[in-house]
Amino acid sequence: MSTTTARGVAQPAPAKASPARPRRGLRGNATVNFWLFTGPFLIGLAIFVFVPIVWSIWLSFFDARYTVTPSHFIGFDNYKQILTNSEFPGSLVTFTVFAAFIVPTTWALSLGLALLVNRLRFMRAFFRSVFFLPTAVSYVAAALIWKMSIFSGVRFGLANTVIGWFGADTIAWMSNPTPPWYWLVIVTLRLWIQSGFYMILFLAALQNIPTELYEAAAIDGAKKGWQTFRYITLPQLRATSTAVILLLLIAAYQAFDEFFNIIGQKATWAQTPLMVLYKSALGTSQDYGAGSAGAVILSLLICLVTLIQGKFMGFGRGDESK
Amino acid sequence: MTTTAPQIGKQRKKGRGVFGNTGLYIAVGVAALLFLIPFYLIVRNSLSTDLEITGENWKVLPSFQWGNISELFDDPTVDFGRSMINSLVVAVLTTFGTLLVCSLAGYGLARIPYKHANKVFYAVLATLMVPTAVTFVPSFVLVSSLGWVDTYRGLIIPGLFSGFTCFLFRQYFLGFPKELEEAARVDGLGYWGAYWRIVVPNSLNFFAAIATITFISAWNSFLWPLVIGQDPSSWTVQIALSSFMTNQTVNFHLIFMATAISILPLIFVFLFLQRWLVQGIAQTGIKG
Repeated sequence: MSTTTARGVAQPAPAKASPARPRRGLRGNATVNFWLFTGPFLIGLAIFVFVPIVWSIWLSFFDARYTVTPSHFIGFDNYKQILTNSEFPGSLVTFTVFAAFIVPTTWALSLGLALLVNRLRFMRAFFRSVFFLPTAVSYVAAALIWKMSIFSGVRFGLANTVIGWFGADTIAWMSNPTPPWYWLVIVTLRLWIQSGFYMILFLAALQNIPTELYEAAAIDGAKKGWQTFRYITLPQLRATSTAVILLLLIAAYQAFDEFFNIIGQKATWAQTPLMVLYKSALGTSQDYGAGSAGAVILSLLICLVTLIQGKFMGFGRGDESK
Repeated sequence: MTTTAPQIGKQRKKGRGVFGNTGLYIAVGVAALLFLIPFYLIVRNSLSTDLEITGENWKVLPSFQWGNISELFDDPTVDFGRSMINSLVVAVLTTFGTLLVCSLAGYGLARIPYKHANKVFYAVLATLMVPTAVTFVPSFVLVSSLGWVDTYRGLIIPGLFSGFTCFLFRQYFLGFPKELEEAARVDGLGYWGAYWRIVVPNSLNFFAAIATITFISAWNSFLWPLVIGQDPSSWTVQIALSSFMTNQTVNFHLIFMATAISILPLIFVFLFLQRWLVQGIAQTGIKG
């Protein structure tokens, strides 16, 4: 890639003596170099990000069943259809319930782990690695372990084995929507995978809290433990907490892998927004119009969240600088 | 991290005795055991026979059926070896491609004084508002009309142009010491030469962090390969695992051996590159 450059630099004198002037002009030209550096990325971005977005907005106003070059303009019918007839509104409810479970639990668990690990003197790197390791596991692999081993509905599953020791009957964790045990399966899976990641964020933030604050609090008579946590640690972590919560929300919004593999697309319950899009565009109906309309609605919702995020992050930054 | 270690030591000396520490280590130890259970289950089940897995009484240790490995790769129903190769090709090429394209663009946006650079940057920022996962329907429409379904191109190229990675590189290069590049300029290097000979060699830690994160997410990605990989010959390992779960015949020992093998490369990546990974997440994760 850079062999010519390298050779040129190794022996600069003979090669560059006479044409130095014009070449320097081109090499130092900001406009040319800017496009040289950013060009490949921007072309790719245009083709694979901007074009699909525009195309899908266009498709969402057409009758695009089994075709991606439709000609029959139908206005907002796709939007009407996906908002009334299909599972789409239900999927937004599923997301809301899921987020209500997963966001607070992950926040609390990752903060708790960070606080514990931060206090360790021995084997700190070891424990940090243990909690962080699940981040390497894919949702598919984890779904497989959860579905076929831990929460297997028959007797040999780990959860059923454990509750069996206490004399309880076996529970069909996933195949039955009432009572909704499947939430336990789904939520514990995601907790296991993502808590270590957010623990790292909290650890970094904890180490940025100035020790003088704790010393001052000790002089003022604050008790170690709850009081210092409540009045020093927690307020100092506010910016990180806000960021973590919004990251968690956006991740929950895009949940697909574990729902697809554990619940399945044929179930009538726990269908996430992306699963509904997948089914409407790539399932048997191949309705790209309705699928695109759903994508547009989801994108708008995410934009809204991102804008709110920007606002909150701004507040967070202001607090930090105080 | 090293700088804070003595402070933490100081904090701890006051007030917490042997019992406080014991309690702390018990709490951490229990949590660690819970976090390790799924790994234990993978190892135990992958080296057991089906009868041992589904038996009435819980067997703590497997009977170490190493033959499960060759049985998995010889299984005619799912070509697992092929899917591992596909995943490796896709993850490696995605990582190199993303690093190349996004780092160049990030450098251009951060350092080259072009008068419309800010406008271009805002256009890149705008793409961060719409996550790629949500636009998979239109992306699939585009890629299939290019005829890229079931190809490496279709699996790799659409994922290279990550606005977020470009953004991370730009933020990083903004903080890169200007003096080094100015020295290179004095020595007669242009932007291109300074980038490859000065900037990149001095940024290897950051490149390693981004590479690790990119490789892991490429290896683990599911939705896009599911959409693109219609034919089993183009399945990545995640799709193969998923198909194991929905198959009519359930061979527990093979399924878990496949899971174990699919996780193994990432465990290695983790063990060797964890330092960069942790640094990278601490530096960049918060901006996501």
